[in-house]
Amino acid sequence: MNTLSNHTDSSFGKLLYERLFKNKEGVIAFILLAVVLLLVFPLCLNTFRLNLTGKYLCYAFVAIGLVMCWGNAGILSLGQGMFFGAGGYCMAMFLKLEASDPESTAIQSTPGIPDFMDWNQVTELPWFWFPFKSFPLTIALIFILPAVLAFLLSVFYFKGRVTGVVFAILTQSMVACLWYFIVGNQGFFGGINGITDLRTLNGWDIRTESAQKTLYYVCSILLLFCILVSRYVLSTRLGRVLLAQRDKEMRVRFSGYNLTLFRIFIFCFAAVLSAIGGAMFTLQVGFMSPNLVGIQPSIDMVIFTAVGGRESLLGAVYGALAVNAAKTAFSEAYPTLWMFLYGATFIIIVLYLPKGLAGLYDDHIKKWIFKLKPKSDSGTTPPSEDLEKEVPYAK
Amino acid sequence: MKTTNRKRTPWGQSLKALLLPTLMAGSLTAAEYPTAEVNTTGLAVTDDTVTVGQLHSITGTMAISETGSVEAERLAIEQINAMGGVLGRQIKIVQEDGASDWPTFAEKSKKLIIQDKVACVFGCWTSASRKAVLPIFEKENNMLYYPTFYEGLEASKNVVYTGQEATQQIIWGLDWAYENLGARTFYLIGSDYIWPRTSNKIARNHIERYLAKKDPKCKVVGEEYYPLGHTNFRSLINKVKLKKPDLIYSIVVGGSNVAWYKQLKAAGITSKKYNLLTISTTEDELLGIGGENAEGFYACMKYFQSQENPNNQAFVAAFKEKWGADSVIGDVTQAAYLGPWIWKAAVEKAGSFDIDKIHAAHPDIELPEAPEGYVRVHESNQHLWSRAKIGKIMTDGQFEVIAISEDLIEPDPFPEGYQ
Repeated sequence: MNTLSNHTDSSFGKLLYERLFKNKEGVIAFILLAVVLLLVFPLCLNTFRLNLTGKYLCYAFVAIGLVMCWGNAGILSLGQGMFFGAGGYCMAMFLKLEASDPESTAIQSTPGIPDFMDWNQVTELPWFWFPFKSFPLTIALIFILPAVLAFLLSVFYFKGRVTGVVFAILTQSMVACLWYFIVGNQGFFGGINGITDLRTLNGWDIRTESAQKTLYYVCSILLLFCILVSRYVLSTRLGRVLLAQRDKEMRVRFSGYNLTLFRIFIFCFAAVLSAIGGAMFTLQVGFMSPNLVGIQPSIDMVIFTAVGGRESLLGAVYGALAVNAAKTAFSEAYPTLWMFLYGATFIIIVLYLPKGLAGLYDDHIKKWIFKLKPKSDSGTTPPSEDLEKEVPYAK
Repeated sequence: MKTTNRKRTPWGQSLKALLLPTLMAGSLTAAEYPTAEVNTTGLAVTDDTVTVGQLHSITGTMAISETGSVEAERLAIEQINAMGGVLGRQIKIVQEDGASDWPTFAEKSKKLIIQDKVACVFGCWTSASRKAVLPIFEKENNMLYYPTFYEGLEASKNVVYTGQEATQQIIWGLDWAYENLGARTFYLIGSDYIWPRTSNKIARNHIERYLAKKDPKCKVVGEEYYPLGHTNFRSLINKVKLKKPDLIYSIVVGGSNVAWYKQLKAAGITSKKYNLLTISTTEDELLGIGGENAEGFYACMKYFQSQENPNNQAFVAAFKEKWGADSVIGDVTQAAYLGPWIWKAAVEKAGSFDIDKIHAAHPDIELPEAPEGYVRVHESNQHLWSRAKIGKIMTDGQFEVIAISEDLIEPDPFPEGYQ
């Protein structure tokens, strides 16, 4: 807050600009992503491919969250599928209730409840489904539920200073627990089948081509917005403390910071981002499945982030897009062999691009660009100055 | 289906030459059915080819089960092509991998239908994958040929169910056990998901409402579920020993089967002292379990590889020739083999590839020479009338067919009195 008031006499717009984009290069990169998402893809892809891209972008939400809590705060979570699922299931429960009106479920022994409940001899709607009758409440829960979940799961560990690999393994066990919980309670959550056959959102058919296009735009704009929010968080003192504790935990502790709160915050923040992705996933794919809550998808999500570059928000988006596009392309071209190609790609990336796509850009392409135009003002600064520029308030 | 009798010999080349006139005849029929007339909805049909989709898991945990279906469908399509194709058009396959992941199934089915505009899709295995793709088939109006025995409670106009729905497998089998094994007390066991639960619900209703009328002693003495992949059945086995049921009714699925039968044997529960009837163990699972571990137990299916009829023998021979002498053919594999033949019959009956016309043509389509025996598509629900069979497990992992239902059993996906 101090920093904010210090700068109110200088232009607020300039401050915001610095916080969100750092420099011209940041603006260009952000605008480039916006153009790709909002113009290039919709113009070049047919609705089916656009819808697929929208699905990939849902994973990008998780990847951004991981950039925040893993890349920039050093908390590796192998359980983001849990929050992705929480968001996705909230949305799916709302849509399922809307799809299960008494007329269209007249064939069931108890009309008016979701079909899978009827198959499992559940005869009335369980109490925890009632909030999902209301759309505003559902939206609120998409944000609140994962945050509460993340808080409850992390508070004891962070208080007990459990971090690093141990925490990563704990998140993994939690996501496995949630998977068993969903699959085991098939009368309440649809079990292994998931919640399927979702049709309308407040009467708006989400399966039509125009709806899928609209949802793609909503998803892209939300994603861009989330990137800006994340940028902002990173540029505040909070972001700096997180970065500092990632690299020198003890030093930050001895400087008098209570790291528990910082860590809980960023973990919850990442969880909420994942949940937004999950909710958008349900809307665009038309169902929610426990397959997205398991250990494997959670690790996949970490892979997207690693491929994109774990410290780069934009890199994470490109990573999620690239990995999923590769997966689709390989499996369509070689249905029997694609797994090998997919795996080989990861090995190559880990071997030759340890910093991911963002590292490729920073280390190679950037130099190459600046060789072409040596007088560019933003990029010619050597790395050391760049660092100082990044932390102007630290002085 | 007569070409199933054809054996590939060193004379293969001359056989091809012999077949050539047939192919020529095929192209003549293609001229009789101009593309503009047989395809009014923009499916991938040209003057000499028709493209269909195939969507199974080739990778992931389900691959081991679904491979048999992939192979059977390919065999059927190859045989149909050798006969001259469908309406004079050769069938081309676009294969996609569902990767044992239900969202991937949804993605790939969209790709097949929207992008490739396939004329129909042969695919899916688990109920979860079918549930994931079903809304897409209904919205885009395409046809899925689904091979697996399943829980029922569904009759979409966009799915042809070539496997049995639950009542077809359960009721007759329980009646058979009641009469032939003297079963009065039943212990129901299943993996914990929708198919075993629904199946056991039907079994329990049949035992308590119908069998109990014949003999009031009939009752269910236990009903238990274990998660998919569960491998420790010892506490369950102790309970079974305590209750001493006349019949253990098992719907344990997938890899759990191996642990289940081995632990039963280790605990002394063998066919000498106990009767066990399963509706979830086929030749495919027995490969993993080992016939000696389950010897003498019973399974109720609609097809066994060992069925003795000329059509089945020709089918088994053709399958082994194409996919290797070691391959085994389970119930679902045979059901998958029926899919392309039913589709061919429906297209020819309708004189069109249009989905609505095929749908209208499906009722009463007969396959008199199917490997399992005569089958017929139901008048209204796109399931098959078929005969149930009881097989007894032998040490070599095959079944000895010991009973076949006299009548064709009607598919009844929404059974009244059993819900």
